[in-house]
Amino acid sequence: MTDLFGIPIQALLGQLLLGLVNGSFYAMLSLGLAVIFGLLNVINFAHGALYMLGAFVAWMGLSYLGLNYWVMLVLAPLVVGLFGILIEKLLLKHLYKLDHLYGLLMTFGLTLLIEGLFRSFYGVSGQPYPTPDALRGATNLGFMILPNYRGWVVVASVVVCMATWYVIERTRLGALLRAGTENPRLVEAFGVNVPRMITLTYGFGVALAGFAGVLAAPVLQISPLMGSNLIIVVFAVVVIGGMGSIMGAIVTGLGLGVIEGLTKVFWPEASSTVVFIIMAIVLLIRPAGLFGKEK
Amino acid sequence: MKLHTITAALAMAGLGFAGATAHAQGISDDVIRIGFITDMSGVYSDIDGKAGLDAIRMAIDEMGGSINGKKIEVVSADHQNKADIASSRAREWFDQQKVDVIIAGTNSATSLAMAAVAAEKKKPFIAIGAGASDLTNAQCSPYTVHYAYDTVALARGTGSAVVKDGGKSWFFLTADYAFGHALERDTMKVVKDAGGDIKGQVRAPLGTADFSSFLLQAQASKAQILGLANAGGDFSNSVKAANEFGVTQTMKMAGLLVFINDIHALGLKTTQNMYLTTGWYWDLNDASRAWSKKFESKVGRKPSMLQAGDYSAAMFYLNGVKASGSDDGDTIMKWMKSNKVNDFFAQGGYVREDGRMIHDMYLMQVKTPAESKAPWDYYKVVATLPGDEVYTKLSESTCKLVKK
Repeated sequence: MTDLFGIPIQALLGQLLLGLVNGSFYAMLSLGLAVIFGLLNVINFAHGALYMLGAFVAWMGLSYLGLNYWVMLVLAPLVVGLFGILIEKLLLKHLYKLDHLYGLLMTFGLTLLIEGLFRSFYGVSGQPYPTPDALRGATNLGFMILPNYRGWVVVASVVVCMATWYVIERTRLGALLRAGTENPRLVEAFGVNVPRMITLTYGFGVALAGFAGVLAAPVLQISPLMGSNLIIVVFAVVVIGGMGSIMGAIVTGLGLGVIEGLTKVFWPEASSTVVFIIMAIVLLIRPAGLFGKEK
Repeated sequence: MKLHTITAALAMAGLGFAGATAHAQGISDDVIRIGFITDMSGVYSDIDGKAGLDAIRMAIDEMGGSINGKKIEVVSADHQNKADIASSRAREWFDQQKVDVIIAGTNSATSLAMAAVAAEKKKPFIAIGAGASDLTNAQCSPYTVHYAYDTVALARGTGSAVVKDGGKSWFFLTADYAFGHALERDTMKVVKDAGGDIKGQVRAPLGTADFSSFLLQAQASKAQILGLANAGGDFSNSVKAANEFGVTQTMKMAGLLVFINDIHALGLKTTQNMYLTTGWYWDLNDASRAWSKKFESKVGRKPSMLQAGDYSAAMFYLNGVKASGSDDGDTIMKWMKSNKVNDFFAQGGYVREDGRMIHDMYLMQVKTPAESKAPWDYYKVVATLPGDEVYTKLSESTCKLVKK
């Protein structure tokens, strides 16, 4: 067997793939953040809490109503999206005229509220969620045994990410959305209901977080803290990719997952820090992020 | 030389005696104030947390809320698993809020930091949730009592049982901070001494979400046993991933610090047959069952070893205050080191000069789903491990207070 830096190539391939799985979560979450920031100019700190909410809604559906994984994969993002629409209508709407910081503070407060509620009801040890039957078992890829479920995570997230990118960058609806953020008055003059468009965009962005939460449910212990562990990394991903850049969020999410995965092999102790080191370097060299445009 | 040692010891004893009389001056500021600090919101908040505070309140209620007419109070804080927050809070409590004793919950890094502050202020410091054996070895202090368990006892309990059972080669998945390092070091020593072999280790940052990468490294080592030197949420997530990646088919898992809440959260299906060592279990005997029932009616779940320890330690301290009529640090330390713990938590437990509270530990095996008859009926006792054998022996101690 050939070695690379003292690690067998096969083992390295396995680690790359695992990195890609984690990167899929980063990509989906940072995509939602990028969409929201790009169109609403809101730094949505509640994203981690809404991801946790997605996982919990899936778990509740299964344990209280007996609804299986596939039903919840559709239903949970809808529930989370609806909740997002409420947040936008009732709270965020009033902050658009103010500085970004107010939106950030508001969503940060929401995070503490949502997490605190779940912590007091369910504790932090978390709830187990079984892997759906169809995706049980594992496939031997030659260089590693990959649990089928992890493979599904990568496929699902890449499809969702690409579809989102396509809608925003390549369709008429996307063009309207982008125009609406550039010059809302002009777009309104053409008869487009811009406030409603913005509400729906926020709902969609957080629905992506809910979707990621359902995908994560069978992999992780569903705990009220699962979002706060992730959100800081995801923010770093968005900053590295460039705030508001859709493609930037997807590519950086997957890429950083892989880099983090490799760090887990070569220097495990640093694996939780590596993303931030990269962020610092990127900010020094390209303050607008890898894919961002200077304003 | 020998004569010299004896005179020194006599001089010490004399000093201690003089100190005790000089300090027997009653209750400072007329309130007996217990400070309880632990992780109230993070990864360890289920195994101790607010329910630990409830347990201490139970002890205060049991005492009638006051001793000789002096009120007993408890103040609490969340150290968020940060050593700097813990030590500055301990300092503030001693200096400004007139706290007389600190009962410290989870996280070894925070306890090591606070023990140093307590030593400086000459106040009793009772560590419950922290595991690192350093508290009574290299970093021991005359004011520290390490009460519920430690990494040496866990290592000797689980480590030697697993090696005896044929698990000779080990790979460690370790939480990358004081507690994980101590547990890994102590278990490695036990495994090597028993003729076992260490294939390697990997250290994962605290609060890692995805352990799959580390588990593949463990699997590649071809070791028979995967030693999990982590706790709480890290433990659950690594066990989950180990099951998912089929690591459990080629390796046996040994949980080096497992709490009943972890088993409850993961379910018996994923944890069955796992060996673990604990200082206490709710279903040990009539006394433990009776207290647990009281706790459950208050908190809504069975107590963990730490929550029981919180109560027992608070009670032990308050009994000391009652007997000596003082909350002075030196007086209480002297009392605690010359009286025994006899309650539902420990029988014949005693505090050694290095601060270690010696009591029996238990080697447990997790029941299979079929064996479990009721909720929280999770363990069967494999062996009772006598306190004198399972903790660091005085002859092995590196504590400077131990006279050799």
